Amino acid sequence: MSETFAIGIGGAAGQGVATPGDIFAMIFSRRGLHLNAYNAYQSIIRGGHTFLTIRTGIEPVECMGDGIDLLIPLNQDTMDRHLRLLTTGGACIYNADTIKPGAAADGVQLCALPVSKMADITRNKVAQNTLALGAALSMMGVGFQSLESVIAGQFGRKGEAVVKENVDLARTGYEYATANFKPFARPLPMTEKRYAVLSGNAAMAMGGAAAGVKFYCAYPMSPSTGVLHWMAGHGRKAGIMVRQMEDEIGVINMAIGAAHAGVRSMCATSGGGFALMTEGLGLSAMAEIPVVAINCMRAGPSTGVPTKTEQGDLWQALGAAFGDFPRVIAAPLNIGDCFTLMAEIFNVTDRFQCPGIVLCDLLLSEGRLSVDPKLLDFIPEIDRGELITTNGDFHEEEYLRYKFTESGVSPRAIPGLLGYTHTVASDEHEENGVLISDEYTNAGKRRAMMDKRMRKVAGIEAMVPPPVLEGPQDAQVTLVGWGSTDGTIREARARLAEQGITANQLQIRWLVPLHGDAILKILRAAKHTILVENNYSGQFARYLRSETSFVADGHIRKYDGEPFMPHHIAEGVREQLSGSTTLSVPTHEVMV
Amino acid sequence: MATLNIVAPGPIAMADFKGKVDPDWCPGCGDFGVLAAVQKALVELQIPNHRVATVSGIGCSSNFPGFINTYGMHTLHGRSLPVASGLKLANHELTVLVTGGDGDGFGIGCGHFVHAMRRNINLTYLVLDNQIYGLTTGQTSPTSRIGMKTKSNPYGNEDAPVNPLTLALSAGATFVARGFSGDQKHLTELIKQAIQHKGFSFLDIFSPCVTYNKDNTFQWFRPRVKKLEDNAEYDATNWVAAMEKATVWGDEIPIGKFYESTDIPSLEETEPVLDAGPLINHELHIPPDVAKKFVEELM
Ligand SMILES: Cc1ncc(C[n+]2csc(CCOP(=O)(O)OP(=O)(O)O)c2C)c(N)n1
Ligand code: SF4
Repeated sequence: MSETFAIGIGGAAGQGVATPGDIFAMIFSRRGLHLNAYNAYQSIIRGGHTFLTIRTGIEPVECMGDGIDLLIPLNQDTMDRHLRLLTTGGACIYNADTIKPGAAADGVQLCALPVSKMADITRNKVAQNTLALGAALSMMGVGFQSLESVIAGQFGRKGEAVVKENVDLARTGYEYATANFKPFARPLPMTEKRYAVLSGNAAMAMGGAAAGVKFYCAYPMSPSTGVLHWMAGHGRKAGIMVRQMEDEIGVINMAIGAAHAGVRSMCATSGGGFALMTEGLGLSAMAEIPVVAINCMRAGPSTGVPTKTEQGDLWQALGAAFGDFPRVIAAPLNIGDCFTLMAEIFNVTDRFQCPGIVLCDLLLSEGRLSVDPKLLDFIPEIDRGELITTNGDFHEEEYLRYKFTESGVSPRAIPGLLGYTHTVASDEHEENGVLISDEYTNAGKRRAMMDKRMRKVAGIEAMVPPPVLEGPQDAQVTLVGWGSTDGTIREARARLAEQGITANQLQIRWLVPLHGDAILKILRAAKHTILVENNYSGQFARYLRSETSFVADGHIRKYDGEPFMPHHIAEGVREQLSGSTTLSVPTHEVMV
Repeated sequence: MATLNIVAPGPIAMADFKGKVDPDWCPGCGDFGVLAAVQKALVELQIPNHRVATVSGIGCSSNFPGFINTYGMHTLHGRSLPVASGLKLANHELTVLVTGGDGDGFGIGCGHFVHAMRRNINLTYLVLDNQIYGLTTGQTSPTSRIGMKTKSNPYGNEDAPVNPLTLALSAGATFVARGFSGDQKHLTELIKQAIQHKGFSFLDIFSPCVTYNKDNTFQWFRPRVKKLEDNAEYDATNWVAAMEKATVWGDEIPIGKFYESTDIPSLEETEPVLDAGPLINHELHIPPDVAKKFVEELM
């Protein structure tokens, strides 16, 4: 893994952690650097503890990493909790008036800012933040100009005077650090590249817009609300109808209504809201109206931990709605993939006229990542499947909305066309949409229609690629993960490689269809398999076993609300290779 | 049994709206009268069947879309309004009718009912109100009277009934009316007005369940219903008067148009995204300059 630099900023909610975070992110991206940001926070608007980790480097930064190089505690609590994350060469910049430093590791520079002597703190309550920002950039070897221009952009809307005040404060901090603190060993690099920085929620919203979504509705629920916010802020410019509904039952049903009219239609929620949507997903399947529902997973059950992450909704997605029906479920691997996946899943759901579920999680939804703007393709390939959108000719035969075909897909006419009137139905029906109970419930008709719908499964499987093994073929250990753990597992493999342990990785993106045979072939050839999941019970392990009978050699699971850090996985692997356990459950060492 | 989907050019006639199957309601069910009135209203308004969508929930009355030849959606119990709202917003050039029962609309779907009225989307919502759960064989409904004996309340209903009209009026419905399946002409007229109203129109229709409701029968309603239209003084633009009239219940039960407000624009009229026409006609890809700005915002 190439060189990275990580900054941790922490404080109580309302202390202004976000602004310096945004400024650092902007400076990194303007220097042509990649970045990854993750904010650990609580479900309160004021107080508590929030800790933002922002990590940058020349190569893509796929996770928050294991340590930090610079700590900026905005209160004593943050100092007490996080100082131990710093190792030799690291530094901590703090307000000497209000915060007492703790015992730091050898070689950690404690940089005390005499804030009350540097600024009028009665006037500017967040002066310490701006002073620390200036000091940090001096120590990182970043020229003051770049900070000045970002501040101007950040505060421009508040007027000239506010910009000047903040630039002056930042300069004071910058100059103080230049005179009093030791710069970091390696100055922050710079490249000619330019990246876009976005959250997973924004990425899914934009990905939907790029995929041709014209209708979006939602009911607010963390951590999915960012999708609604992006849509609400950009919908009118993009020609997307955005509606806030009274509840998630209304959301899914409204989305289905719009989809039936003939537009691509999408909604997002989290576990609780998704639970309310399930009957609607069954309607999508039965009436054969494609719709995409995003579930941004948070720690459950019930209201759970609204601001903490988990991969705990796999079985909910697999079992959503009663009865058997074709569905697709995909878990984006990273924030860039949150964008790319949307057009892909819409193509599948449109082609096979079935519900699609995106299983994202808080880590991606609310994390931020630098992405090459070229990857944000707003003209992706769009396949709307067998959709009839023009008036028919005069014809003698009846249009059969649910016509029996070999593929199971029946051409879908949108309402309003001459020649295709029909009724789509939630009750079981015949080829022409007439409810089978309208005559007499006929076992043969029921079976034929079930078979027709289920024939689509084979087509879906053929359309979606199987997962591929990444890394050395003959590795000592094969790590299997799904969705958002991709980058962390990859970095853990790099850590292991440094320690002489070779590991490869099978990361699952499409959960349904799973491609069990292809997976089985890969895993049977593996020397030692370990399943890595951000949940308690090994939901994917159980799913894999139910589909393939495959039982992994070991498991690494985490369910404390925080995502994996690479060392959690690397340590689990070492522990398991030594034979001491087959289940490692790392916990977050630092309370965030 | 199969009907042709194409209607020969010419005046729109009752036959155009004949469904693929005949209704399987119990002989004498009030829903037959409502179906006929809806078909007649569409013919009188000369709306071609392929420009109409009929969306229902689940219940005897919700089987309605299958018995009329329009675009139909038979959805989930209580969910007809959100589905119809999505359909209408995605293609607002369609005439969208929503049909269902009192259980569907005021019980399981009551939350959507209230919010749909707030939004004032141009939908025509017809509740075939039989004061009982028909399809599930005779349980208490949200409009069953106190004391009514049903399978789920063998000792008599203890919960006060909702008043659909005052509920609709207070939720901001811009058209509120009540009809009776036993008075075809009057009902047809109300349905026509409801369809022509620009905004959400709500029509509560007494549609007796001859099998499970022995209280609120055709015979019970007939002497009681009094048309508001027969009262020259009644002013349907007066919301307060409408609220008052809507609470009258007993020997006299008013039917007719209680309230209509024509100066509140529908959601489709005010939503800027629809300035460019129905969503279904929009380009799939968003304009490149707009897309470019979205990305630049992130840099
Ligand atoms: C979620 C759900 N709960 C319960 C039912 C069972 N159910 C079907 S129709 C109905 C009530 C029917 O009463 P109403 O809506 O008044 O219509 P009617 O049959 O009287 O016309 C019920 C409870 C269902 N289909 N779905
Ligand atoms: S049970 Fe009642 S509501 Fe249902 S069809 Fe028979 S009469 Fe009509």
